[in-house]
Amino acid sequence: MAVTEYARQPKVETVSEAIRRKLLELWETKPGLYGWIASVDHKEIGIRYIITAFGFLMAGGIEALIMRVQLAQPNSRVVTPEAYDQLFSMHGITMIFLYALPVLSGFSNYLFPLLLGTRDMAFPRLNAFSYWVYLAAGLFLYASFLVGSAPNDGWFNYAPYSSHQFNPGPNMDFYALGMVFLGISTTVGAANFLVTVMRLRAPGMSINRIPIMVWGTTTISVGNLLAVPAVSLAFFLLWLDRQFGTHFFSAAEGGQPLLWQHLFWLFAHPWVYVVVLPAMGMVSDGLPVFCRRPLVAYSLVVLGTITTMVLGFGVLVHHMFATGMPFLALSFFSGASFIITIPSAVAVFAWVATIWAGRPVITTAFLYFASFIPMFVIGGVSGVMTAAVPADLQLTDTYFVVAHIHYVLIGINVFGVLGGLYFWFPKMTGRMLDERLGRWNFWTVFFGFNLAFLPMHWTGLMGMPRRVYTYPADVGWTTLNLITTIGAFILAIGIFLLLVNVVKSLKNGAVAGDNPWDAPTLEWATTSPPPPYNFPVIPVIASRHPLWEDRLQEGTGHSSISRGIVLDSGKEAIATTVIDAEPDLIIKMPEDDPWPFIVTLAMALGFVGLLLNWWWMAAVGGVATFVGIFIWLWPRADLAQRVEPANE
Amino acid sequence: MRVREEPHKRGFWALLGMSLCAGVDPAHAAGPMYYLQSFGSRGATIVSLTWGLFILAIVVVVVMTVLVIGGVFSRRDPTPRAIGMPIPVTRGEGSLPWIYGGLILTAVILVAFVVWTVAAMASISAPPTKPRVSIDIIGHQWWWELRYHDGDLSRSFASANEIHIPVGEPVGLKLTSGDVIHSFWVPALSGKTDVIPGRTNDTWIEADKPGVYRGQCSEYCGQEHAHMAIKLIADPPDKFKEWWDNQLQPAAAPVGKEAKAGEQQVLIRCGICHTLRGTPAGGQVGPDLTHLMSRTTIAANTLPNTPGYLSGWIADPQHVKPGNRMPRLDISGTDLALIRSYLLTLK
Repeated sequence: MAVTEYARQPKVETVSEAIRRKLLELWETKPGLYGWIASVDHKEIGIRYIITAFGFLMAGGIEALIMRVQLAQPNSRVVTPEAYDQLFSMHGITMIFLYALPVLSGFSNYLFPLLLGTRDMAFPRLNAFSYWVYLAAGLFLYASFLVGSAPNDGWFNYAPYSSHQFNPGPNMDFYALGMVFLGISTTVGAANFLVTVMRLRAPGMSINRIPIMVWGTTTISVGNLLAVPAVSLAFFLLWLDRQFGTHFFSAAEGGQPLLWQHLFWLFAHPWVYVVVLPAMGMVSDGLPVFCRRPLVAYSLVVLGTITTMVLGFGVLVHHMFATGMPFLALSFFSGASFIITIPSAVAVFAWVATIWAGRPVITTAFLYFASFIPMFVIGGVSGVMTAAVPADLQLTDTYFVVAHIHYVLIGINVFGVLGGLYFWFPKMTGRMLDERLGRWNFWTVFFGFNLAFLPMHWTGLMGMPRRVYTYPADVGWTTLNLITTIGAFILAIGIFLLLVNVVKSLKNGAVAGDNPWDAPTLEWATTSPPPPYNFPVIPVIASRHPLWEDRLQEGTGHSSISRGIVLDSGKEAIATTVIDAEPDLIIKMPEDDPWPFIVTLAMALGFVGLLLNWWWMAAVGGVATFVGIFIWLWPRADLAQRVEPANE
Repeated sequence: MRVREEPHKRGFWALLGMSLCAGVDPAHAAGPMYYLQSFGSRGATIVSLTWGLFILAIVVVVVMTVLVIGGVFSRRDPTPRAIGMPIPVTRGEGSLPWIYGGLILTAVILVAFVVWTVAAMASISAPPTKPRVSIDIIGHQWWWELRYHDGDLSRSFASANEIHIPVGEPVGLKLTSGDVIHSFWVPALSGKTDVIPGRTNDTWIEADKPGVYRGQCSEYCGQEHAHMAIKLIADPPDKFKEWWDNQLQPAAAPVGKEAKAGEQQVLIRCGICHTLRGTPAGGQVGPDLTHLMSRTTIAANTLPNTPGYLSGWIADPQHVKPGNRMPRLDISGTDLALIRSYLLTLK
């Protein structure tokens, strides 16, 4: 093996029980509460992310059902206008910020090291920190319900309605501070994904051999690093406006309400791609497994993913076509919004070609992945309609757009995630999800979703504006709204069936084995569930589909799964070069560490202090955060890179 | 480019719309807020483009869905296999040209639609002739303040919530807001233009046919966003002029003892927020009431303007529209009757 310059030459051996035993001792998280708080295992963190995100999905779903009951009939008084406003705002905030990205982060967290053939994320403690901050920010936002003051200006929170003058309660302070808090989690998570994919790939996994899902998450991580600062800034300025009387967004004092929209959409339009590209990646990786062939047009799909993200930063104004912009600006952003269809269409054509060029085996996961395609197309073409400025002036802010965003977020995120869950559940738990119950689950979700949201396009064309808590009886929206309400409840039953399936299968599902789908990528080369160290030896990769390469005659040479670098003298991983993945470093990985959790508590304390205007508490939280980070980052001998005796 | 589509050509779709919805307003076949048919030249340009896009969208969805379903059924692996059994893996060839072909086709269609879009934008960006009448529309939580101008300052006046325009000619609109962002929208005639504090958005509107068109605020603006509708009445020119002349008049002087007593009550209780031209009542907070009875609805198109609803509204505005700015004044039944008798004279 062509191992380059090392101070220590790592051993290369075949997997043995002795290696496994030794590694388990090194990598296993300590039991008990301490271990639970201090764990830095990416698999543990990934599963926490997924469970927490599903928890928020349920909460957001319940909010939606209450709204659907209110809207089922005209002039209904099930909830007060104020309660309705808080419900629709929290529904959007929950689904977009607390479910859609975090659930994908969960899958990516769980899968990155497994797909890349390494032992953990690049910064395991930062990974734990990212989860804890997400949880804390989510709870912070939801605490607003306890005092009856949840955010009430919609998820895009336009100024000046969000200003102190029009919205004097703490509602907006919860939202502003919660989003700044959550942004920290997103940012550190993105940095972690990027460094992991650049430095921790198995030897031989050059960039043309990276699974598409990894490409998706990598792409959006770059997007997040560029987009999140805009929204953190916007919410911080809003908070300054509210607390200290600055005038960034208030027109009367020379501020600009439209500044908010620019800053917000600079973040939030790319965010739409952020919450779909990894899910598209899951389909690009999962669908071909069931079509029994590699994905058609891998390179095009990767380029399409990256191009979509880049163009995603150039279409933000299509949310603002009605604000009275100059003709030239409108034309540019309209054109860009049309053109972004092309890179997105690449993936659709690639999936369809993969089905036609393969031999599909129908499973619940396949049904989710395959139905994802038409859902994607519906969400896509309704998006194209809103790219045309004159048409958008009619469509915008009606239920047509509500239908569109739900086809994007449910069709392109939830369907991908549920397919991914059926696909990777055996890897995560060692047991298969029940297929029979799976079919019931799939068809109920599919039918309920389309019943709720397909007619909703028509509700929009009939002129129903979004965010109205009720509507008159004589405008022709009654029947359509009732249909949507019925569909929403069927969708909820479908999600309930999924929960039943998960609980049932965890208990007595069929045992999965290492590779139940006969899939090609590295995560299926280890046991189900994987051991804490993932791979007993670091695999060496010679093709894009290491477990299929003998059958496909692909790549140069053979991948080596059972024989490779053994790192058993401490928690260690191999770092490789960015493009070609040639091994060039042994890196030390940290032990369990409670400090990410403690620092999160300190930050939460600080944010609560800011919320309550208890400045002393904010100061204590701030100082504690600083001290905690100091202790966390204090140099430790066992993490130092050092030259070791050459004769070891 | 100016594509005009007559509403009656849309018979099939209107019927489809009717079949899909209950409560049809006969004036607008598929519903008062339906915008795939238009009754004005600005709207007509938008309607053709929207139909073009809508049909394209449906075709694309159908084709792609058929391709997916067809692919799954015609290519599915017929042999039943248990999960975990190795299934042959192949590498088919020759699908790349299809992808490139699909992308080229997509690009060509999109470019065509970009051209159509920009042409339509150019067509609606300015009115075909300089508008004679211009209306300032000022959005408030949750009603619309209107100020009419025709170039002669002495003929300007204020009104609220029901817009009258002359049929067959473009009318200029200047939109701004007194508080938060709203959006002005009368779907059968035109798309939305946002109503933003600190700036004035210029737009225009035109109706080809006399009639009543419904509109509604379409940017979320707070608790009663749902009850911020607007009514637009397109009148033939002579009727429009008659209406305008009437609006210029000050509030009618009360006739009779009851109405006179009612006027006193109104001046005391309502004048601080509402204006009645020709009386001391000059409040700027709520709608101008000078010609209240010339309007067919109250509370921003929420209730019909009949004596019963009017009394109910004044007695407890918070019941119908919780959170709105008009307080409940606890007016006695006698006073309420007086107030009503006066208000009913404000034609």
